[in-house]
Amino acid sequence: MKSTRLLAPAAAALLVLFGLPQLILLSRTGGHDIWTRLFDPLYATIFARSVAMAAATTVATLVVGFPVAWALVRAVPDRWRGPFLLLVTLPLWTSVLVKLYAWVFLLRTGGLLSRLLEMFGSEAPSLLYTTTAVAIGQLYVELPYMILPIYASLERLDPSLLDAASDLGATPFTTLRRIVIPLAAPGIIAGSVLVFVPSLGSVLVPDLLGGAKTAWVGTLITSQFGAARDPALGSAMAFALSLITLGAFLSFGRFLAKAQD
Amino acid sequence: MASDPSSRSARGSLAVTGVSKSRGAVRVLEEVSLAVEPGEFVTLLGPSGCGKTTLLRLIAGLDAVDSGRIAVSGADVTAMPAHERPVHTVFQSYALFPHLTVFENVAFGLRLRGVSDADIRTRVAKVLGAVRLENLEDRMPAQISGGQGQRVALARALVLEPDILLLDEPLAALDAQLRSAMRSELVQLQRSLGTTFILVTHDLEEAIECSSRIAVMRAGRIEQMAEPRAIFERPASLYVARLVGMENIFEGRVLSGEAGRLNVDLGFANIVVPAGGGAAASAVHLAVHGEHVRVSRDGEGLAGTVTDVRYLGETLRCVVTVCEARLVANLPPRETFAVGEAVRVDIDPAAWAVLER
Repeated sequence: MKSTRLLAPAAAALLVLFGLPQLILLSRTGGHDIWTRLFDPLYATIFARSVAMAAATTVATLVVGFPVAWALVRAVPDRWRGPFLLLVTLPLWTSVLVKLYAWVFLLRTGGLLSRLLEMFGSEAPSLLYTTTAVAIGQLYVELPYMILPIYASLERLDPSLLDAASDLGATPFTTLRRIVIPLAAPGIIAGSVLVFVPSLGSVLVPDLLGGAKTAWVGTLITSQFGAARDPALGSAMAFALSLITLGAFLSFGRFLAKAQD
Repeated sequence: MASDPSSRSARGSLAVTGVSKSRGAVRVLEEVSLAVEPGEFVTLLGPSGCGKTTLLRLIAGLDAVDSGRIAVSGADVTAMPAHERPVHTVFQSYALFPHLTVFENVAFGLRLRGVSDADIRTRVAKVLGAVRLENLEDRMPAQISGGQGQRVALARALVLEPDILLLDEPLAALDAQLRSAMRSELVQLQRSLGTTFILVTHDLEEAIECSSRIAVMRAGRIEQMAEPRAIFERPASLYVARLVGMENIFEGRVLSGEAGRLNVDLGFANIVVPAGGGAAASAVHLAVHGEHVRVSRDGEGLAGTVTDVRYLGETLRCVVTVCEARLVANLPPRETFAVGEAVRVDIDPAAWAVLER
């Protein structure tokens, strides 16, 4: 009884901030022929591409973020931990727009990255307005959201468990696989949700770094409300995306519950 | 290797030779040497910061030595990583894996060695029986008590049949009653297994009750290593004398030393004690336990006055002043003395310990 009462504020917030907007979206989709329009193979391709990119972003942030979180907990001396954590969160203090324009200058032809590549003798490709640029941008924007939850779970890990594993005959890799990763699983899963969900509907990164050649779910939905002047289809797409994200979120949750068993 | 009889007889031996270790600018261990025979129960005793836990971690391979060598069962393991050494540890915090059941915690090392599931079942069941934990196999570490956690940690290390078992203050987290029960269980377990045990503790009673030999450590060195009785009765230095609770410590002038005997002037008495191996110095410290100081109203001995009496349950602590020297006597509790009473104090000459340092 008491626990359900404590849940009430959170439930109310969820209803007003998530449920209500979904209902508004649903009310604007118009007739049910909208749903048949949604099942266009073109949209399926775009959706599959976005899911693949979000999944790749999640894996990439995990691969880069886990060692960073590990180093923050294990390698950085106590008095330097605060400043290093500040460095990790520093990008969150600035507008995404500003950071992405910085990447535009880094990635464009004649930019820092292509000039560096030229110095090593390779022909300077223009990375800007490619899928690679989108991937780099996504990795950059989402990285802190992966590092912080993993850091939090690794920080709670008792270092004597690592000694014990090694003492009982585990190589460093086995210790990582059998002890560290299972105990850091809540952080890894939380980080994955925090990265995957926004990545799937990302608008700014593909818009600024991806150019107009390749369509993504986020940009597609935005264009329905803007250039395409088809808010009904846009609403239907947005609603469908929410459902799919919710599905992914719930399966993450079930995976988490299983991992903690 | 196993067919070589000399290596089999050495199984469980430990040789630490000239090991030093620094942490930052602090020298934690200074040229420590230690030899342990197979089947011994050796305790490293000392206050926190004396280097005892560091020495244990070096033997386990959890830290690397700066210089010196470590050999286990006759084989040099100095360069061997912890996960390959035939040595296992019971950690002070137990370090049980919180995501694994009691069974899986104990089976952890066996699984890494590729032991078959059937063998794991029998070996884990056997060791859990030995530490009397048969019915907790499926519990998680968070669901068992401190004393039970301690047994799981013990079982987890013992199931691998180590040449040497290292124990880092394993009883420190338990309450007094449980601690004393676990102490005798530990001794029994060690005797029945015959495994070499090396225990780290700051608890004198624990060291005396458990060990076949005690190494008293001080500031990164081994101050004295001997059997519990010798450490308690014949401390070699002022430091060890204070550690074993000797309250009667006096500095004396050596009047003469001949035929293995020293005649020492303590100011309030002249005492003849057996001389140690050291060179005859002009001054020496003598110490004696309060239990060896006898107080009587009309017996033999030095004349003195009772200046303090306290009843402690197991003993009557009686302070007698003799010529400005303060002697502490731990008497049987049925005795009664009053402050100001004139008494005689008699000390068995054989009970005096000559402190060479």
